Order: sequence, then structure tokens, then C-alpha cells
Amino acid sequence: MLHVFFRLSIAVVLLLFLGACESQPEASLPGMSEALEPEYGGTFIEASIADASNLLPVLSSDSASSAINSLVYNGLLRYNGQLELEGELAQRWEVSEDNRILTFHLRRDVRWHDGSPFTSADVKFTYELYIDPEIPTAYAESFRQVTRVETPDPYTFVAHYDTPYAPALLSWATAIHPRHLLEGTDVLRSPLSRSPVGTGPYRFAEWVSGEKIVLEANPDYFEGPPYIRRVVYRIIPDVSTQFLELQTGSLDFMGLTPLQFDRQTDTPAFRRNYNKYQYLSFGYTYLGYNLRRPLFADKRVRQALAYAIDEQELIDGVLLGYGVAATGPYKPDTWVYNPAVKQYHYNPEKARQLLAEAGWQDTTGDGILDQDGKPLSFTIVTNQGNDLRIKTGEIIQRRFREIGVDVRLRVIEWATFLKDFINPGNFDATILGWSGGPEPDQYNIWHSSKTAPGQLNFIGFEHPEVDELLERGRRVFEQEQRKEYYNRFQEILAEEQPYTFLYVSEALPAVSRRFRGIEPAPAGIRYNFQDWFVPQAEQKYTR
Amino acid sequence: MLPYLIRRLLLLIPLLLGITLISFVVIHLAPGEPTDLQTQMNPQASSELQERLRRQYGLDQPLYIQYGQWLGRLAVLDFGESFAGDRRPVIDKIFERLPVTILINLLSIAFILAVSIPLGIISAVRRNSMFDRSTTILVFTGFAMPSFWLALLLMDWFGVRLGLLPISGLKSLGYEYLSFSGQILDRISHLILPVFVSAIGGLAGFSRYMRSNMLEVIRQDYILTARAKGLSEHTVIYKHALRNALLPVITILGLSVPGLIGGSVIFETIFAIPGMGKLFFDGVMMRDYPLIMGILVMGAVLTLLGNLLADICYALADPRIRHGQQAPGKG
Repeated sequence: MLHVFFRLSIAVVLLLFLGACESQPEASLPGMSEALEPEYGGTFIEASIADASNLLPVLSSDSASSAINSLVYNGLLRYNGQLELEGELAQRWEVSEDNRILTFHLRRDVRWHDGSPFTSADVKFTYELYIDPEIPTAYAESFRQVTRVETPDPYTFVAHYDTPYAPALLSWATAIHPRHLLEGTDVLRSPLSRSPVGTGPYRFAEWVSGEKIVLEANPDYFEGPPYIRRVVYRIIPDVSTQFLELQTGSLDFMGLTPLQFDRQTDTPAFRRNYNKYQYLSFGYTYLGYNLRRPLFADKRVRQALAYAIDEQELIDGVLLGYGVAATGPYKPDTWVYNPAVKQYHYNPEKARQLLAEAGWQDTTGDGILDQDGKPLSFTIVTNQGNDLRIKTGEIIQRRFREIGVDVRLRVIEWATFLKDFINPGNFDATILGWSGGPEPDQYNIWHSSKTAPGQLNFIGFEHPEVDELLERGRRVFEQEQRKEYYNRFQEILAEEQPYTFLYVSEALPAVSRRFRGIEPAPAGIRYNFQDWFVPQAEQKYTR
Repeated sequence: MLPYLIRRLLLLIPLLLGITLISFVVIHLAPGEPTDLQTQMNPQASSELQERLRRQYGLDQPLYIQYGQWLGRLAVLDFGESFAGDRRPVIDKIFERLPVTILINLLSIAFILAVSIPLGIISAVRRNSMFDRSTTILVFTGFAMPSFWLALLLMDWFGVRLGLLPISGLKSLGYEYLSFSGQILDRISHLILPVFVSAIGGLAGFSRYMRSNMLEVIRQDYILTARAKGLSEHTVIYKHALRNALLPVITILGLSVPGLIGGSVIFETIFAIPGMGKLFFDGVMMRDYPLIMGILVMGAVLTLLGNLLADICYALADPRIRHGQQAPGKG
């Protein structure tokens, strides 16, 4: 549920593929073996748990729609495999001296799928669409920072900002909408919601509700037509079914669970037909403390709890080892990650000592620490439907009990969970996760101005220095400068422990061996999908 | 008969209103709103967005006004637009899911009847025989087995290991390129497992029901009379006893009319079949009020009509009931 804003984020690869570790001769470098000449044709079949909701990007926020929209539409910019921004619809771009004007020079050879030319008017229209008060889009915030836009000629687009805003660049990776089809129409009820027209590498072909969505290669794509001719998204709501379909070869791609990755796909038959990849996904799981509760007011209590948790035990038990410990809000293989922060390795002695310093003693002899006659006891809430979080909670519960902290675990249905617990701040501690992307701005989650009910700093974290660092971090564009701010930010979080950062899990996709041209990179494997191909002899569903 | 029918039909109206009112209130009692999915836990969404969406959906109005507006639209058979991201008319969403749901339910009822009626008869006639006991055990095992588990086992056996049947979905990917007979075979092979799994639970109940009806009838005097007349056992059982034992089946069939449009979330999810069960489940999870209400109203109308239909059929089929109504006390 939390990855609603995942569409701009791309995962990073630990260059570690299982195939390479196996001793079998045919399991050489997946996808990159035999320097074959790319060939056109073939079908790529993938399953999605849910049907797409709306194929106008401005109106959709679910991951199924985003997956399709990412192939149908283009942004001005995009992330490449190294997670650097590069031009997509924009050939190049400039940031003014004072960081307040962004100028994009657009490609001149781009056409919409219906043949109309793409111009700066489309970009301007898209911007206006996102800030239109009548359009209920979940992505308006970054565009509100823009004070005005200009289109000096059909291939130049200029955006002005009052104050420099670093996440702005990322916001221009947003899908550009076709002005000529949407202007003056009722966008909320546009037929484009069900049959989109974009500029991307794939054209929309067919949508059978609840069954499948089919895309066809765009022969006029400005970067050349993609090799794979058809992409089919089958809607299969159950992951066990997806897995059975994968085993029969009816699916070409699936993100596996740790259990499937580790045990159920460890067969010769599976290895013959699929390559498995693993890389760290963006996002982490944490234990967040409600800082408005007196119990968690003392930082030593939070630090003690961090010491009481065995991260490796969580990673081994919950993720079967497919993950790494999180020490802050950024994952370890990004430029912004600061490895030199205070770390809390499992140390129950230290935990007890810190709690004792904070005044918690077991005076009643019942095994639970107490202070002023009150036992050290609280409830961890988490949402239903995420087994990993529930298991994490159970393991933490046992570890806390060992240092004399009594913890109850409550699992609540998502809507109720937000409405009655998180938003009104009616919880002691919670296990949740955030997903993010390469952009390090964390203003919405940690700034003290974001603590109102319903906002994302729901634990009530207030720290003047963090506020200032976050404000500065989003005002500069230079990576070194930003890193300085965010390094300090991570140090403070590690010291203060408003969250105990638990783990970053790995994405574990399996891809049919028929597909070549897959080049794992920091961005994962899907970033160069246009370059994937199937040798003609191995193509299926060619008609 | 006609005045009775009209009276019954008129009685349905307040009943239906009551059902919609209660449903409307209950779904609004559930915490969370349709706007939550888009706006909650999203750093890019502002609080104005939430307000704007609530205004667009009419959620800022008091509940009784919302109900009034909804009822007003329903009066002209307008089920409204879905609150899901696509804002399509609810009626479109329902109609696109209905055919497959009805097809599977019809096939499944046919399968249940075809298997459980003979099973029930034989079990009753050879009561406590080896056959009776083993079928009892068998059908109850089927009944007790979680359908999702059974479905996964069957999919693994027939789909993955034996490779005989497709695992999920309604059609193969190359369906458009198959010959006409190939298309029909493709359709049938996709339906075998879902129909079997959805029927297996009903088998137990229905065959036991059939068995006890039959036992009841066999004990009757007129069966004794038939046997005394020297009729063959076959005629006694299949002509005299069976007809009477089948009577209560009408009630059950009437009651299964609303079931025709109701799908099962579990097996639709597992077999990746876009049916009504999944539609309703997703609607509830997203708090898509117009969709939930639309499906509930259709279900309620069909339930009420199904009951009525069962009553009428009963009267038509059973002279005792028919006469009892026209001339009370003389039956």
C-alpha cells in the first residue's frame, strides 16, 4: 500500500545473481550470454495482482496503472541504469545560476501515438493539468512549487520557481499528457482513461477488464522501436497462481517471495527456464515510536529498544536472508547513504543498562520493568495483509520481553489502521514501511511542519536541526552539498532513534531465459526493457 | 393467484428500501473513505486534495442527503459512477462481470444436480451400505476441504505436473488465432477446474439433502401401496418416490437465484477469473460506495424475486399447497 508513489522510483541492483553463483555451466551470466544480434518480435507476458485503475497518469496512483503508463508515456527526464537523470523527451536541460529557472530543450522528432507532433504546449498543458484544482491528482505537490511556466518556442519549455527546489527535476519525469486530445474535454471522464495515447515505446492495444492489458511496440518510437513486439499484463490476483503459471512457462516475469526464491525455484527445471536476479529494493521497514507518548520521550528508552532488536535475526527469519539491515531512511548502495552513523547491534546488556539509566527497574519481580508503579508495556500496531511485518512484530515482541519490556501486537485492517490509529496519533509504536526513490528529499516525513493529523510525520518528530537540514537539502542541486546535509540528517536520526530502522528487502525477480539483453544495473533490471529481445527461434505467440 | 402475486410484489418495495437503508448505513460505518487510497500516506498529496475529492464524490454532505441522492438516482435505474480511479458507470462494471459469473454458477449448479441427485437416491435406497458410507465420507471431505487449497492442489496436478489443463484465466493467450472448435475446447478446458471447485462444496449439502428427502418419502404409505400393487422396485423408486423427493429442490433452486450473480472471492482470485465476487471484494476494500450499493441492490432484488419464484413454483408443483391456499381448512 505504501508504494503509491513508487512510479518514479527505480530499484538498485547488488550485482549478485544466483545464476552466477551456481556451478552449472549453462547458468552463466543471465541474459548477457552469447553476444546475439537483437531480433524483433516476441511477446512478454507478466502478471499483475490488480487490474489497472486508470491509464491517465494524472488520475492514477496504483502500481498496476503505473507499470503500464511507464511504457505508454514519456517524461521530460528519466533515470538511467545508474540512477542518474537523463533526457527523455528533453534533449538537454539547464538549471539557472540561482537554481530557480529550469529550461528544457525538447526533442523535435517525437510524435504522439496518433501521429500528432509533440511540442512544448503539451508540457505546459500537463503542468496546468496537475495544478488544476478540479483534477484530483495525487501528484500536485511538486508542481505547486512552480510559479510560472513559459513556452518561448514549440521546442523549449521553461519553469520558474520562487525558491530553488531540488526535487523539481524529478517532478519533470512525470508523464506528459497529449494536449490535443484532452484540452477542453472533461478529463475525469476522458476515453483516454481506458485507451491511452502517449509518446512512449509501446502503444495501447487492448484492455479486457480484470483479465489482461495488451500493448504493442510503437514502430515510430523516437529512440527506435523496441525489440519485443507485444507486452501482455495478465491480471492474476493470487500470487500462488502466478507462481504456478510461471512454472508452466505461461509467464515470463515474476517478482518472487523469499521463500519461492530460496526453496521452491531451486529445481533444475526452473533453472533451465528462468534466470533469477536479486537487488536491493527502494524502501525499508521500521519500528516507529509515537514521540507524543511520555513513555518514548526519553531517547535512552528508544536506544535501548534498538539494542534489544537483533536485525540479523529479522533478516534471516523474515526475509530468509534476502535483505540488509537499515540504518536510516536511505538504502546502503545509494550516494546519499551515510555508513558512519551510530549503529545498534544486538546487545541486550546495553539495552537493560540504558533502561535502568532511564529509571526502569523491575521492583515487582514479575519480569517486567516498571517505574513509579507503572509497568514498561506498550502496543505495536501494524496493518493486516503484510505477513513480513507481522512476523517482524512477533520476533521483536519476544526480544523485548527478554529485556523486561511487555509488548502486545495488534494487526488492523488498512483503512481502520490509518483512520483510527495512525492519523489521530492513537498508537504507541508501529511497524510500517516507506518506499522511496533516488531523490533523497525527506521533508514530508521528518519536518516538524508535517505533524498534523493525516500528515506523514505521524510519530511527531520535532528537531530544529533536522528541520533546517531538510529545508537546505531541497534548496541545493549539487550532490556534494546535498550529501553534507543528508549525512548529518542521518546521524541525527541514528542518534535520536525516532524510528528503529529495521531492514531493506531485496527484489527477487525471475525472468524467462528466452529474454536477452538484460543488464542488471543500480536501477534494477527493468530500466532498459526496450533493449530486451528474444531470438527468433525462441519467440512464442508470434502472430 | 394474481392478487396474491401483486400483494407479494408490493410487499417487496418496503423490504427493498429497508435493505438499501441498512446497507447504506453499514458501509458508511466502516472506517476509511474512498479517497483514502489516493491521498493517505502519499507525500505528494495535499490535504486540499482530500477535500476536493470528497466534494466531487459528494461525501461532504450529511449522510441522509447522500442516501437521498443515491435513492433518487436509483429510482431512474442510475447506479452512479464508481469511486475507483476510473469513474466508470457502476452498471458497466457489473455487466462486464456478470456473464462469466452466471455461466460458472449455472454450470456449477448443473454439475451439483447431476451428481448429487443420483448419489442421494442410491445412498437412500441402499442405506448404510458400503456405497452410502463411502460417498458420505467423500462428500463431507470435499465439503470440509478449504476450496483455495483444493484449487491449488488441482492446479498443481493438472496444470503443472500433468500439463493437461490451463491453470488460470478464461482463455489462452493465442485464443483469437484458434479455429472455432479450438476456441470452444479452449473455453471448456479453462472452465473445468473452476466449475469443479465451486461445485464441490455444494455437492455435500445437496446430496445429503436428497438422501434424507428420499428416506422420508420411502417411508410413506403411498410407497408401501405402490410396492403392494406389485410395481417393480425401479418404478417405485424413480417414478413415485423420486418425484415427491424432488419437491423441496425447488425451494433450493429458488434460493440459489441470487447466488447466480454472487461470485466467490476466493476461487475467482485463485483462478484469475474476473467475476462478481472479486469486483465486490475490491469495491469493499476501496470503499467504493456506489459499486457496493449497486451490487447489494441487485443481490437483494434477486433474493426477493427468487424467494417469490420459489413460492410460486412450489404452489404450481405441489397440489397440497395450491389447494390449501384456495380453500383453507379443507386440505
